[in-house]
Amino acid sequence: MANDNVIEAVGLTKRFGTFTAVDHISFSVGRGEIFGFLGANGAGKTTAMRMLCGLSRPTEGGAIVAGCNIVSQPEGVKRNIGYMSQRFSLYEDLSVKENIRLFAGIYRVKEREIAPRTETVLKRLGIYDERDTQVKRLPLGWKQKLAFSVAIFHEPKIVFLDEPTGGVDPVARRQFWEMIYEAVERGITVFVTTHYMDEAEYCDRVSIMVDGRIGALDTPGNLKWLYGAETMDEVFFRIARGAKRGE
Amino acid sequence: MILRYLLEKEFKQFFRNPFLPKLVVAFPILVMLVIPWIMTMDIKNIGLTVVNHDSGSAAETLIRKLESSSYFELDGVEQDYNRALTALEYSETDAIMEIPAGFEKQLLAEGGAPVQVSINAVNDTKGTLGASYLSALCAEFSREFAAGNAQAMSATVPNIEIVTQNRYNPYQDYKIFMIPALMVLVLLWLGGFLPALNIVGEKEKGTIEQINITPVSKFMFIFAKLIPYWVMGLLVLTVCMLLTWAVYGLVPQGSVWVIYLFSILFIFAVSGFGLIVSNYSDTMQQAMFVMFFFMLIFMLMSGLLTPLRSMPEWAQYFTVINPPRYYIEMMRLVYLKGGTLADLQTQLWALVAIDAVLGTWAVMSYRKRD
Amino acid sequence: MAKHSTGKKRDGVRGSQARTFAAFVRKEFLHVVRDKRTMLIVLAMPVVQVALFGFALSTEIRNVNVAVLAPHYDETVRRIVERMDASDYFTVTSILHSDSDVDRAFQGGTADMVMAFGGGFDDVYTVEGTDIQLIADATNTNTATATVMYASGIIADCLSEGSPQERATGVQPEIRMLYNPQMKSSYSFVPGVMGLIIILICAMMTSVSIVREKETGTMELLLVSPMKPMMIIISKMMPYLVLSFIDFLIITLLSVTLLDVPMQGSFGVLCLLALLYITAALSLGLLISTRVESQMAAMLVSGMVLMVPSMFFSGMMFPVESMPLFFQWLSKMLPPTWFIIGVKKLMIEGLPAVYVAKEIAILTAMAAVLIAASLKNFKHRLK
Repeated sequence: MANDNVIEAVGLTKRFGTFTAVDHISFSVGRGEIFGFLGANGAGKTTAMRMLCGLSRPTEGGAIVAGCNIVSQPEGVKRNIGYMSQRFSLYEDLSVKENIRLFAGIYRVKEREIAPRTETVLKRLGIYDERDTQVKRLPLGWKQKLAFSVAIFHEPKIVFLDEPTGGVDPVARRQFWEMIYEAVERGITVFVTTHYMDEAEYCDRVSIMVDGRIGALDTPGNLKWLYGAETMDEVFFRIARGAKRGE
Repeated sequence: MILRYLLEKEFKQFFRNPFLPKLVVAFPILVMLVIPWIMTMDIKNIGLTVVNHDSGSAAETLIRKLESSSYFELDGVEQDYNRALTALEYSETDAIMEIPAGFEKQLLAEGGAPVQVSINAVNDTKGTLGASYLSALCAEFSREFAAGNAQAMSATVPNIEIVTQNRYNPYQDYKIFMIPALMVLVLLWLGGFLPALNIVGEKEKGTIEQINITPVSKFMFIFAKLIPYWVMGLLVLTVCMLLTWAVYGLVPQGSVWVIYLFSILFIFAVSGFGLIVSNYSDTMQQAMFVMFFFMLIFMLMSGLLTPLRSMPEWAQYFTVINPPRYYIEMMRLVYLKGGTLADLQTQLWALVAIDAVLGTWAVMSYRKRD
Repeated sequence: MAKHSTGKKRDGVRGSQARTFAAFVRKEFLHVVRDKRTMLIVLAMPVVQVALFGFALSTEIRNVNVAVLAPHYDETVRRIVERMDASDYFTVTSILHSDSDVDRAFQGGTADMVMAFGGGFDDVYTVEGTDIQLIADATNTNTATATVMYASGIIADCLSEGSPQERATGVQPEIRMLYNPQMKSSYSFVPGVMGLIIILICAMMTSVSIVREKETGTMELLLVSPMKPMMIIISKMMPYLVLSFIDFLIITLLSVTLLDVPMQGSFGVLCLLALLYITAALSLGLLISTRVESQMAAMLVSGMVLMVPSMFFSGMMFPVESMPLFFQWLSKMLPPTWFIIGVKKLMIEGLPAVYVAKEIAILTAMAAVLIAASLKNFKHRLK
């Protein structure tokens, strides 16, 4: 790509009947960036994200993700991205190792590379001893780390994280963000939705969605300065207060 | 090959399920060992009550003749029709034969005499067969009676003997007719229901999302779902055939390979159908209910229980698109009559066509994107 | 999901309990009714089944293909062949020339019966006589038996026409078919279809829907609500009770209007019988749901231990009398058997209510035992 942007969305829109879930949003995300995607429940975050991943066809507008058009080349998009959803979705009845192997295989990681790389990843995560444990027996925090490792195992250009740290304690969340930073160091772009405003501070740039539109988009520092707020929490409240869609 | 990883996953999940492997082993064995004994439509021991108004020996002989046959069981001899009818209403007996007064006299004098028979025909098969058996036994009695009283009888019966030969099933064992059809039933149920619950199960758990986000092709995903049922189906079929041989001494008269060839086509069709239902369903409950609806229709319209040719024309047209119909025809022909592939061209190409349609549909109906 | 908004404390006021119960039942109804696909099938299933059993399925012998093997195709043979072809039962499809053609005709599907004539036929009335061999495809023994009977009858008729004495000879049974003079197969199927559909909706659907709540964890949510757990379960069963009763009514209505099933007995008693059976089936569903952990297991268990037996053991398709003794006992243990016998007596034989007293008593006992067992199990699981 000419301009080094990994995501380039223009007028992206999704309607369900008369309800407009995502209303003409445009933005771009640069390579190696941590892009925070914030918004109240029902603001349209997940819908927008599903369109960017090629899981849902936009009603209007479009986007280029990792060099592929999400409307005409959804399968091309899928080859170049990783995805981890809020609904934990690894196979519970497969072991840690088997889950990694399955998804590595699907993303065409070479057979002889899978085993050594799995070992490295599991050791780095500190769950090497649990490699043959079925996923359903792992605590939630470990499952999330594992799901993230699976999502970036094939070294995608960009990884989409949909509320990746829901339901775990602050320590586990902290550890998770350390993993995100490691991934960014390896050149992976991170697109993350979250509810936690302290996590918003970790992002390079954040966009805050309100009623299907982008209410604000800038670095956390600039947003705080712009809204004269101490914390991102305050920024979020100021912007989201005007929302019509309640929880 | 992506397929290899997907297959590894499907097989591991299958074997790790606490329930499925046991079911796949137990179900065919139970069905093959138990159902043939139940699925017998041989009507034997029809309960018969005789109301005898004649004191002659001919009536006695006729009653003894009926009693000694394996078709009837004498529930009693009454003097009064109404008492016999009450017994019939209470289901204590199935049929009543009333021998009129002067039966023997009329038989000797005129060469023929009527008897009144009433059969409970709520079950029409039982009614028809009961009537047929009774007529046959009466005819036999008449011949013997005529021979014994040749000088007293004046009638001339045409001298022709009708000989019956029961080919392919000389001992008239209904089990033999049903066993190949039972194998079809086992494959239809296992091969149809398990795939129907599969994809929708992944939807309920949410794992399908993680697959949809990957570049795996629809075709590959569906194909990986189908192969395990193929393997399972062929193994189950083999177990059924071995059991049939060991327990009932029945082996295919024709080629085993023809059976396998058709089985491959048949399992593809039913599992494909199961996956289609699964693709369209939102919950397992829904998938199962829809499956039951169609499975019953498939089963009833296949000629499994009632002859296809007895159906009205519109119903026969419908069976053209019913996969089990062709598979059952093949099974009975090859297993019992020694039919060959040359006899089965219609069935073969019909199944191939159905497979093509269902296969395409299964792939198309799996939506990676909404 | 459980969207019950009853934030009230358990205040012991009966009225509020009743209102909460009503709210629960409404919620469960909405839940079932909103699933359009399932509803469609619940309503279409009885219609389609009655139509199939009533109009499409039949065990009558019709259009049997006959091949003729006759070394001397003389006048008598020709007469018999023509007579066969003219009847509704038989279609003469081919003339064979040698014994070896017989197997080919069976395997190729052109013949279900071969009629092989013996030698010179014009000496039928001589002392030596002659013979006709009826070679039947006996794979289906019932069809074969009936086919041969009909064929023998036609041949005998045909010959007696040319006989010097046309008067009937021998013992002539005059047969009356009681309750089903037109010999409709549908009569024996209707009660079976009812039994099957009720088991399917009540036992299977109930067990699956309860286990589903266990699987998704919403059961916990319901159990901490101010309702008594038992009431929650009963409210879950209500929609299935109503739906299966509607199906029962649909089948009854269609049977009487379309299939001309006589329905001479008491309709009230029939409904009572159905309600008892539905209760037994619902309790069975609850019993299964307390025993299994996954929806898949609930389905397969109810499929294997309820559907298959109620199809095969209950006398719906195969007469119980012909089964080995052990299976006859087994069949007597199953609720559908008694339901089916009772429906047959009331609807088809048109007997008065006293004749089904035994069936009603047995079903009541079965329902009582099942309710007690499932409740005990359910309470036990809660602890």
